[in-house]
Amino acid sequence: MSAAELRARARRRRLIIQSLIILGTVVFIWTTISSARTNLAALGITSGYGFLERSTGWAYSFSLIDRNIDDTYARTLTIGFMNSLFLGGICIVLSTILGFLIGTMRDMKNLALVSAASVFVQTFRNIPLILQLVFWYAICIHMPGPRQALSLGDSVFLSNRGMMIPTLNVDVQYGVWIALASILLLVMLFLRKVKLGKLFAIWAGGTLAMIVLAALILVPAGEAAVSTPELKGLRFVGGLTVSIEFVAMIISIVLYGSAYIAEVVRGGLKQVPTGLIEAGQAVGLSSGQIWSRIKMPMALRTVIPPLGNQWIFIMKATTIGVAIGFSDLFYIVSTSITQSGQTLELIAILMGAFLLVNFSIAQFVNWLNARMQLKAH
Amino acid sequence: MTMAVTSSPSSPGRMEKFVAKLRKRAFGSIQDSLISAFVFGVLAYIAWLALDWAVLTAVWRAEDVANCGHDSGACWSVIAARHRLILFGLYPFDEHWRSTLACIAIIGTVIASCFPWTWTGKRLSILWILGFAAYYLLMDGSLLGLTQITTDQWGGLSLTLFLFASVVLLGMPMGLGLALMRRSEMPVVRSFASLVIDFIRSLPLLTTLFTAAVVVPILLPDWLQGDKIWRVIIAFALFFACYQAEVFRGGFQAIPKGQFEAGRALGLSYLNILSKIVLPQVFRHALPATINMVVVTFKETAIVIIIGFFDILASANAAFGTAEWAPYFIEVYVFVALIYWAFIFSLGQYGEYLKGRMSVSAR
Repeated sequence: MSAAELRARARRRRLIIQSLIILGTVVFIWTTISSARTNLAALGITSGYGFLERSTGWAYSFSLIDRNIDDTYARTLTIGFMNSLFLGGICIVLSTILGFLIGTMRDMKNLALVSAASVFVQTFRNIPLILQLVFWYAICIHMPGPRQALSLGDSVFLSNRGMMIPTLNVDVQYGVWIALASILLLVMLFLRKVKLGKLFAIWAGGTLAMIVLAALILVPAGEAAVSTPELKGLRFVGGLTVSIEFVAMIISIVLYGSAYIAEVVRGGLKQVPTGLIEAGQAVGLSSGQIWSRIKMPMALRTVIPPLGNQWIFIMKATTIGVAIGFSDLFYIVSTSITQSGQTLELIAILMGAFLLVNFSIAQFVNWLNARMQLKAH
Repeated sequence: MTMAVTSSPSSPGRMEKFVAKLRKRAFGSIQDSLISAFVFGVLAYIAWLALDWAVLTAVWRAEDVANCGHDSGACWSVIAARHRLILFGLYPFDEHWRSTLACIAIIGTVIASCFPWTWTGKRLSILWILGFAAYYLLMDGSLLGLTQITTDQWGGLSLTLFLFASVVLLGMPMGLGLALMRRSEMPVVRSFASLVIDFIRSLPLLTTLFTAAVVVPILLPDWLQGDKIWRVIIAFALFFACYQAEVFRGGFQAIPKGQFEAGRALGLSYLNILSKIVLPQVFRHALPATINMVVVTFKETAIVIIIGFFDILASANAAFGTAEWAPYFIEVYVFVALIYWAFIFSLGQYGEYLKGRMSVSAR
């Protein structure tokens, strides 16, 4: 057989394989559509997104904005999506801070700090997240009732009804806006490469200014600016109640996520060439300066991509809230499926939402990474 | 290979070395000493509290439940009384020996795969298929002439191990297949694999499993559906495969392109180039990351409780689900957490050890 013949045969084979894959995909999709149609017809479910306008008629545990059981599916799903984003955002911020702290500790010279950080990482990283979640949830629901609540300076209370904290005497949704604006400010300052001390001062000052402004404008006349929780009879009045589901979710995801982020940070710090650190020592920098001027900036360049993966992981991890009844998007979608039967549409919404969020995080991380790299490279 | 020289555990220098290291790295300066004293103090206090609760004031025997109370520590009676439920779920009580042997078969398989002697494609496949078959034959029992016990009665640790073993066994070849497809010269094959991998990887595992459990019955004709447990296992294996494919891709990238071309110039077929030249090196490069994936998969199996499987976490919830045992949920969770921790920690340490060994031998 000549070379030309062999080449022709190989090309023919490639063509056949690729056509088979396309054909297989088409047949698969066609089968699923046709059997979905017969199965749904047998169940008496009309497909399409018309159900989004119907009201749900069921209650759930957590929402940032006003809700009641007459809400439409569209609104309920939006609330679920907001809850996921809110929880994910808080967990990402907290675990990143804690993770950097622990990761730095693991890289230090002092053996005591190293061992404390290692114990933390090895404990929380090696137990399944969902087990940690149900554990903290069980601890939370076995807390004493409101009358025997654990208190911290008579302003923060922890009981089996949740965590009661003092809050600004304004509507919750303004609080959410202030928090968002504060995060935005922090990100903007960070991207402008403002020095760390100055960055913190501007951020804290700006946030405080927003809070004071909100207190001046939005607090109803004749009421105190800060509402603190108080025990009245059998329950607490005033303040902000954080539900135990939310508390358990935050504790478990932050501990687990920060253990992973700590490992990422440690890996980044370890890759900083020893020569650079020795050079810093030679010019007489303190170990704190070496950390903030040499090690951290160098480490950040390698840390950002795996850190982004951890952020995406944390976002995905919010779905386990369903195990304890926290109303994140997955919980709302799975309840909607049992209530309305619109399985395919709801799963499509769920997948679409996660693809969107994870894609956005990935884009943000890519952009951050591009900014972090040395321009000359 | 140059291995770091370590003194034997019995040599007198070891203790002195440790003390010297401690003196230098924890008590080098006054500032360091203060920090160290405080941190070690806190750690010791936590350790003492844990020891006091778990051992010193604990109640151990199932008959002593009455002694469990406010002034005593852990009430291990709940484990003494309910460990069978936690480990084996709803599996018939008289047949628990089968479940025990089956668990040992899987754990033995995992331990055996840690020895470098087994690291050839053939030996590993034979080992895992035999281990899995032993598990299945023992648990199901019908082929061995024992009473048949169907999958819906499997539970506890044995179900967790079953899910883990079948996901790894099915997912590993699927992952290799996807990785090869993603490297293919054929554009349709390549983009098909990329699409599947990127899609599955950006969804939470729970969504994938939930889809397999709830949505697939609507999408597929009856004869294609199979049991719920198998649908979930296949979806889980697909999830594993998509991550593992990326691990393999890293391994493929470490191999110079010239090696393929050299193989082709010698007239070797595609399969021969793969199995004789490329794959042995890919496996070697991908080994630490693969162990990491296996560990993560073991941890993630715990999620199946949400879609209604009676795994070790669900059976733990059942173990303190009666009025008598309800107050002792912490003991049960600690017991289950220790099982997971021991398994995951030791595999993780093994992975670290391998990584260290490989980086030394690569120098």
